[in-house]
Amino acid sequence: MRPIAYIPPMMFAVIAVALFLGLLILKPKEIPSALIGQPAPTFDLPSVDSTLHGLSNTDLIGLVSIVNVFASWCVPCRVEHPLWVEVGEAGDVPVFGLNYKDYQENASKWLADFGDPYTAIGADLDGRVGVDLGVIGVPETFVVDAQGLIQLKHIGPIDRYALENKILPKVRELQALMIADGTDG
Amino acid sequence: MIAVARPWTGVMVAIFVGIVTASSAQVVTEIIDPPLEDPILEARAQTIHKQIRCLVCQNQSIHDSNAGLARDLRIIVRDRVTAGDTNDQAIQFLVDRYGDWILLKPPFKATTIALWLGPILILMLAGWSAWAYFRAASTQVAKAVPLTEEEQRRLAKLLDIEV
Repeated sequence: MRPIAYIPPMMFAVIAVALFLGLLILKPKEIPSALIGQPAPTFDLPSVDSTLHGLSNTDLIGLVSIVNVFASWCVPCRVEHPLWVEVGEAGDVPVFGLNYKDYQENASKWLADFGDPYTAIGADLDGRVGVDLGVIGVPETFVVDAQGLIQLKHIGPIDRYALENKILPKVRELQALMIADGTDG
Repeated sequence: MIAVARPWTGVMVAIFVGIVTASSAQVVTEIIDPPLEDPILEARAQTIHKQIRCLVCQNQSIHDSNAGLARDLRIIVRDRVTAGDTNDQAIQFLVDRYGDWILLKPPFKATTIALWLGPILILMLAGWSAWAYFRAASTQVAKAVPLTEEEQRRLAKLLDIEV
């Protein structure tokens, strides 16, 4: 067999391996957010319980905060929820909840069952605020700086590694920036 | 050579079929969203729907997808069109929120140059190498060297003996 006959199968193998690695390394399911560095959209939502304060975009200005998109019908939200309860109890950063396309009574019951770490919750009944935030599916988490600009987006449930190595470091970095800006001005 | 290539063909087909089946087949229950009453606006909305990627199932347009988010985006496009947006404005509305990724046809710009020009470049490269290959093959034939004097003498001698 002439050596040239090996070229097509070799090329095929190279392309197949390259595409397979691309699938593993580039993680095509993780779509980059178009909103990094952009201000959070304008919204003003009621809470899941009419006796509670709702959530508007002005609540995101003044302090570094986390916005967690969740729903009672979302199974992965249940998995990550204990970590948010932990962050809420630590009290270093406000965690706002965006209750995505949920029934308010289901959300209230869910929070009563699993704990409510949220400083305030906005009920996004039709998912329009979710679309304004570029939400693809729940859960998703945003870190918003003191100016109300979105600085980080995490798609899917968080685990301890993502919380401690990605989300909280970003929060601390932005908090340090805020303090630096505060003393400058 | 063809006989030798056969086992390779089998492997290639198996891998290809594997890739295709692994990336398809998502079963979602149907949720109906009503079309607009104005057929012209609905036609425009559907033209846009076909250009927008469903972010949940990725390689379907929101026109074809039954996912909840695709339905929400279809309704938003209908709202934008009804509110007087041009097709480009309605598409830009979604790009502002979800990025270029939401477009099934990627825009031509600095970050996508390799995507658009890569195939043309590869085709040109393939064309060039094919041309070079055949040219080399033809020049090899043309380069047949005339016999040296010694060889001609030997040939003449041989022919003489034969005759």
